[in-house]
Amino acid sequence: MNQHAVTGSLASEPCIAVRGLRQVFTGSGEKEVIALDGIDLDIHTGEFVCLLGPSGCGKSTLLNAIAGFTTPTAGRITVNGASVAGPGPDRGMVFQEYALFPWMTVERNIAFGLEIQKAPKETIRGKVDALLTMLQLTEFRDRFPKDLSGGMRQRVAIARVLALDAPILLMDEPFGALDALTRRNLQDELLRLWSTLCKTVVFVTHSIEESVYLADRVAVMTYRPGTIKRDMPIALPRERDPSSPEFNRYMKELTQLVMEEQQRHHVDELRAAESK
Amino acid sequence: MRKTLYRYLQGFLVPVTVLAVWQGVSMSGWVSPMILPAPTAVLARWIAYLLPLQPFDPQLSGYIVWMFSGELLHDTYASFYRVMIGFFIGAGLALPLGLAMGASDRMYKLFNPLIQVLRPIPPIAFIPLSILWFGLGNPPAFFLITLGAFFPVLMNTIAGVRHVDAIYIRAARSLGADQKTLFLRVMLPAAAPYILAGARIGIGTAFIVVIVAEMIAVNSGLGYRILEAREFLWSDKIIAGMITIGLLGLAIDTIMNRLNTRLLRWHRGMESR
Repeated sequence: MNQHAVTGSLASEPCIAVRGLRQVFTGSGEKEVIALDGIDLDIHTGEFVCLLGPSGCGKSTLLNAIAGFTTPTAGRITVNGASVAGPGPDRGMVFQEYALFPWMTVERNIAFGLEIQKAPKETIRGKVDALLTMLQLTEFRDRFPKDLSGGMRQRVAIARVLALDAPILLMDEPFGALDALTRRNLQDELLRLWSTLCKTVVFVTHSIEESVYLADRVAVMTYRPGTIKRDMPIALPRERDPSSPEFNRYMKELTQLVMEEQQRHHVDELRAAESK
Repeated sequence: MRKTLYRYLQGFLVPVTVLAVWQGVSMSGWVSPMILPAPTAVLARWIAYLLPLQPFDPQLSGYIVWMFSGELLHDTYASFYRVMIGFFIGAGLALPLGLAMGASDRMYKLFNPLIQVLRPIPPIAFIPLSILWFGLGNPPAFFLITLGAFFPVLMNTIAGVRHVDAIYIRAARSLGADQKTLFLRVMLPAAAPYILAGARIGIGTAFIVVIVAEMIAVNSGLGYRILEAREFLWSDKIIAGMITIGLLGLAIDTIMNRLNTRLLRWHRGMESR
C-alpha cells in the first residue's frame, strides 16, 4: 500500500543525517551524564522511523537534538544537507504533553504558525478549514484546549504542525498518555496522513507494539550512554495486523533487545540506590 | 423548592442576627448612642448622607445633576478616582519592569536587591516623606496608592513570567516564533493568570492605602469623611461611611473578579468559579 518503503529510498541522499552525535549533560552539581554517544543515523525522505528504548536511553534527547532545541556536545546533524542550528518550521514537533497554547482556541492554535509567518488571511483561513476537516475537528474550532480530550488535543497539535507544511514530523511519545483505543485510532490516522502527505516521520516511543505497527524501521537504543543498538527494518506490508505471526516475530525480537537495556537500567538504579 | 428557599435564607441568618442583637443593645440603653448608634440610626444617616444637601433648584442645575450631588456620592467618586489613578500608574510601571525582570536574569539581578529592601516597607510608612515631597492634596495620595499597587503587580508579574512552562516556548520556537512573537504571544498570555492575580491584590492594597491617605492629606473622599465625622462625635456617620467603604471595596473586587473570569476563560482553574 505504501510506496516509500525502505529499499526504495536507500539510494537517495538522507533527509536527516546524524553523524557521531555526542550529548553530555552536567547533572546536578557533580557528575556528567553521557546521554548520547556516537550516534550515526540516516533517515530518508518519506521514511517512518521509530526510536525505541527504555526510559533514560536518550531517545527524546536525540529527537530534541534533531529538532534543534539542544546543541550537540560533538558530532553533527544535517537536515536536507543543511546543518541544524536551531528549531525551525521545517521540522514540526509534536509533544506527549500536547503543548497547545491554552489561551488560544483550536482554530487559533492551528493558525499560529501561519500567522507568525504573516501569511495572507484567506490563505490561513483556507488552510485551517482544510486541516479541521482532515482531522475531524470542525465542531471544536472555537473550543479551548482545556475542554478537549487528550486524543482531540493531540489531533490539534498535529494539525498545528501540518499547517506549516513541514516535510518532517518529529514526534515525542505523542500517544503515550492516551487510552488504548484512542491510541490505535490516532496511529491509523497518523499513518493515513503520512502516506497521503508524504512526510518523513521520526517517532519516539517505548511501546514495542507501537513501533512495529507504525515504523518502516525501528532504531533500538541502548541505555546510557545512548547508542543505536540495532537498526531493524520492519518488512511487513501495511495495513499491519498485530495478531499475525510475522508481527509477533518482530515483537519477540525487539522485546529481547529492549529487555536487555531495561535490565541495565535496573542494575544502574540499584547501584545508585546503594551508593546513597 | 423548600430547600432552595432555605439555602437562600441561610445567607441572611448571621447578618440579621447580628443586626437584631445590635439593635437590641442600642435600644436597651446599656451603651450611649454616641459609642454605638442603633442600626436604624446608621441607616437613616446613610440615606441622609446619600441624598443631596440642597433642595432641588432648577435654576442651579438639572435634576440628574442634583440627584447625584449628595456628599456620599462625591466622596465615593473621589476615593474611586484616586484608587484608579494610583492603581494605573502603579500597575503601569510594575508591568514592564516585572516583564523585563521575569524574562531577563540580568535585569532581575540588577533590580532585585533594591526591590527586596523597599518591598517590606508598608506604603503607610511613606506618609511623612510623601507629604514632604508632594505637600498636601492629591499628589501625595496618588504617590502612596501607586506604591501600594506597584509591588503586588510587580512580584506577580515576575513570578508569572518565570513560571511560563518551557514546553510552550519550545513549541512556539519550533513553529518559527522569533523573540518578539515569543514574548508578546506566548510569555505574556501564559503569565496572564499571575499578572491578573497581582492586579487584584494590587487594587485591594490601593484601596486600603486610599482610605489612609485621605485621612492625612486631603479633604474629600470616604477616608476623610469618617475622620471628619469623629471630630463631631457623629458615630452614626462614621459607621455609615465605613459601610460605604465596604460596599465600594466589594464592588471593585467584583469587577476585578468578573474581568479575571472573562480574560482567563481559557484557564483550567477558572471553570469552577
